[in-house]
Amino acid sequence: MKFNYRIAIFALAIIFGIVFSIPSLLQTQEGKKVSLGLDLQGGLHMLLGVKTEEATKSRIKSLAASIKHFSERKDILIDSLTFDEVSVSFKLLDSDDLKTIQEFLAAVEGATIVLNGEEISLSLTPQEIEKTKQQAISQAIETIRNRLDQFGLAEPVVARQGEEKILVQLAGIKTQEEEQRARELISRAAKLELMAVDEGKVARVYNMSHADAAAYGDVILEDAKNPEVKHLVHEIPILDGGMLTDASVGFDQNNRPVINFKLNAEGAEIFGDFTGKSVGKRLAIVLDGKVYSAPNINERIGGGSGQISGDYTVMEAQDLAIALRSGALLAPIYLMEKRSVGPSLGADSIQASLIALVGGFVLVIIFMVVYYRAAGVIANIALIANLFIILAVMSLFGATLTLPGMAGIVLTVGMAVDANVIISERIRELLNEGKSMHKAIEEGYSNAMRAILDANITTLIAAIVLYAYGTGAIKGFAITISIGILASMLTAILGTHGIYEMLESKIQKSKNNLFWFGIKA
Amino acid sequence: MEMFKYTNNLNFMGKSKFALVVSVLLVLSSYIILATKGLNYGVDFAGGTVVQVKYTADAPIDVMREKLKSDALFDGASITEFGSADEVVIRMKSTSASVTVDIGDVTREALKGTGEYEIRRVDIVGPKVGSELKEKGVMSLLLAILGILIYVAFRFEWRFAVASIVALVHDISIALGAIALVGLDVNLDVLAALLTILGYSLNDTIIVFDRIREGVVENRTGELEDTINESVTKTLSRTTLTSLTTLFVVFTLFMFGGEIIHSFAFTLLVGIVVGTYSSIFVASPILLWFGFDVKKYHIKLSEKAKREADKQRMRDQFESGVM
Repeated sequence: MKFNYRIAIFALAIIFGIVFSIPSLLQTQEGKKVSLGLDLQGGLHMLLGVKTEEATKSRIKSLAASIKHFSERKDILIDSLTFDEVSVSFKLLDSDDLKTIQEFLAAVEGATIVLNGEEISLSLTPQEIEKTKQQAISQAIETIRNRLDQFGLAEPVVARQGEEKILVQLAGIKTQEEEQRARELISRAAKLELMAVDEGKVARVYNMSHADAAAYGDVILEDAKNPEVKHLVHEIPILDGGMLTDASVGFDQNNRPVINFKLNAEGAEIFGDFTGKSVGKRLAIVLDGKVYSAPNINERIGGGSGQISGDYTVMEAQDLAIALRSGALLAPIYLMEKRSVGPSLGADSIQASLIALVGGFVLVIIFMVVYYRAAGVIANIALIANLFIILAVMSLFGATLTLPGMAGIVLTVGMAVDANVIISERIRELLNEGKSMHKAIEEGYSNAMRAILDANITTLIAAIVLYAYGTGAIKGFAITISIGILASMLTAILGTHGIYEMLESKIQKSKNNLFWFGIKA
Repeated sequence: MEMFKYTNNLNFMGKSKFALVVSVLLVLSSYIILATKGLNYGVDFAGGTVVQVKYTADAPIDVMREKLKSDALFDGASITEFGSADEVVIRMKSTSASVTVDIGDVTREALKGTGEYEIRRVDIVGPKVGSELKEKGVMSLLLAILGILIYVAFRFEWRFAVASIVALVHDISIALGAIALVGLDVNLDVLAALLTILGYSLNDTIIVFDRIREGVVENRTGELEDTINESVTKTLSRTTLTSLTTLFVVFTLFMFGGEIIHSFAFTLLVGIVVGTYSSIFVASPILLWFGFDVKKYHIKLSEKAKREADKQRMRDQFESGVM
């Protein structure tokens, strides 16, 4: 007897299918499993945009802050320090300092310096603006990822999608509160600024408009605890959260949660310098544009640590500390797309699609046996093997099973028997022409081959396009359909042919066309 | 069991005029429905918000409508039952850009006091993402058609390719007409169903074409009509049976697959029926009308065979060292 390679490959495929689908079917601890899509297990999918123009703005703002700090340190007198969207300008009062300030400005990357008499302006180059925008996006991705990693959900997905979108996927969110917390954590700017209170004019703050304040180089900020209370602070901050190294939750003397933060060496130096010469004045601790506290400076504060107090719950304080530690978002983010599915809906979808799968499967199995008898049984074996292989391949690649993906599997059940229908019909035809069963099987397979190949390849073309252009859950459909088509070529063509070869001696002896192929001889 | 056993070929091409009238009527009425009623683009393509709410009792739709009047955000919102009386879907055109408080949260607040409910799904698609998805969707349909056209032209002959594309356009048009008629929301899943129909209907057509190609090679009379009739008759059982098994599963999906998969299953259901019909009655007659010439095809085949033989002879000569 010659070696039946077809049945050998088929047997291997079945073993492969069963072995690798066990972890997914039995949900074992070990082994690679198919993961359920957000639409089946519930979860949150968001596409976020980044307001990149805000990033250039804040870049300019911190540039202004560093010019101010530098000039104060070197006792250089400057005046009318102003900034707009892309440039900073100021007046140099003593031209002797020009060289020093020029050296400092030349060290700023991606900016062009324009001298116009005593006025000096520094503007960002278009390349630098683009770079800043790109950085804002990648920094936002990094920051959101850091925050979510510390949030405690299993395997959050944070990825860039297209040029400027950020994809965030959180599986296993169970409650509305949890989703709300996650969303707040993601979108929180967490921008910490230490700002000087304008002691000279603060008494008049309630009679001032925002434009008035701006004219003085000041800005009016609300108090975090009581929005009625206003603070007047210098617009250019002393330092910002970029110099923060750590933030953690602590408790104050009244045992209320507070956030302790530490600054890096540079920040500590600036902080020390400022507090040293501002004794008696007030320092505002500003988070996301709101003043959390404005304590009096009693002495020079070295060491660079501080505290933010507010009416927090412990959980809020923890989330805020996470946000501060992961860094501020350079630019605010906004929602472009959101899909949120509750776990109960996911469970319903799983149940409904399983019923459809089992129902369709049983119908097809019964039909094939009734219509083709033994040939139908053989086709059904191939079909079952096909389902295992789909599951196994998806598990191995760690693919995600979505609701459309389930629909794809259901559809595959209907379409996978197609190859066997084509083959069986060919064989029947040849038997009707009076050919022997052995010859009919061999010729049936070779005649049907070309048609099956062409038909499957065209379906595959549609599936591949769907995969390339589809988004989210739809990709899952393209995946299951494609694997199903490829697996059906293996099981329905090779597998069933192998089975016929194996049964060849029996088939030749019996000559019972009704039993084997469901037709009267 | 055997349902299709014919000793004589059925005269499909004789009925092709009748089929042409039926097809043209169906396609035309589809276009009329599409032009007058139009497609109902869902949030995926039009942008907007969908909120799915499940109540513990029957959903108080009237009370909900009243409550949603409170905010301009809900202007033009529609509330419809979703699968059962206790579950509803609120569709609106508005979206929101805030991450922390979105339109779903506003809806949740607005519905307070309407009973005990759970928000099971919130889909918000901003206008930019919506138009991108639409663009991508149209591109994917065109690309799939183009890919298939090239493949069929390569494997068969250009007339076969054109005939199969005409059949595809026929199927997609009628499916779209049916979607517009029932007023289904056109979302990404419907697009996926349309692409599946493309592949599926073509699958049927190719099985028939493959037989025609085989028949043409054996054809000695030069009469294409007989060959087509014979091929369609011979593949009739397969065409119907496969459609039947696929219909079984799509039907169970339609019946039991749940409300979310409903549009998808409906589109497939229509597409499979129309696709089966078109591969028998639309694609094959077109070959005839396009003047596919059996004799010319024979000449082409024999030329090709001759070229192959020449090549082979040269190769043999080369290998035996004659040249």
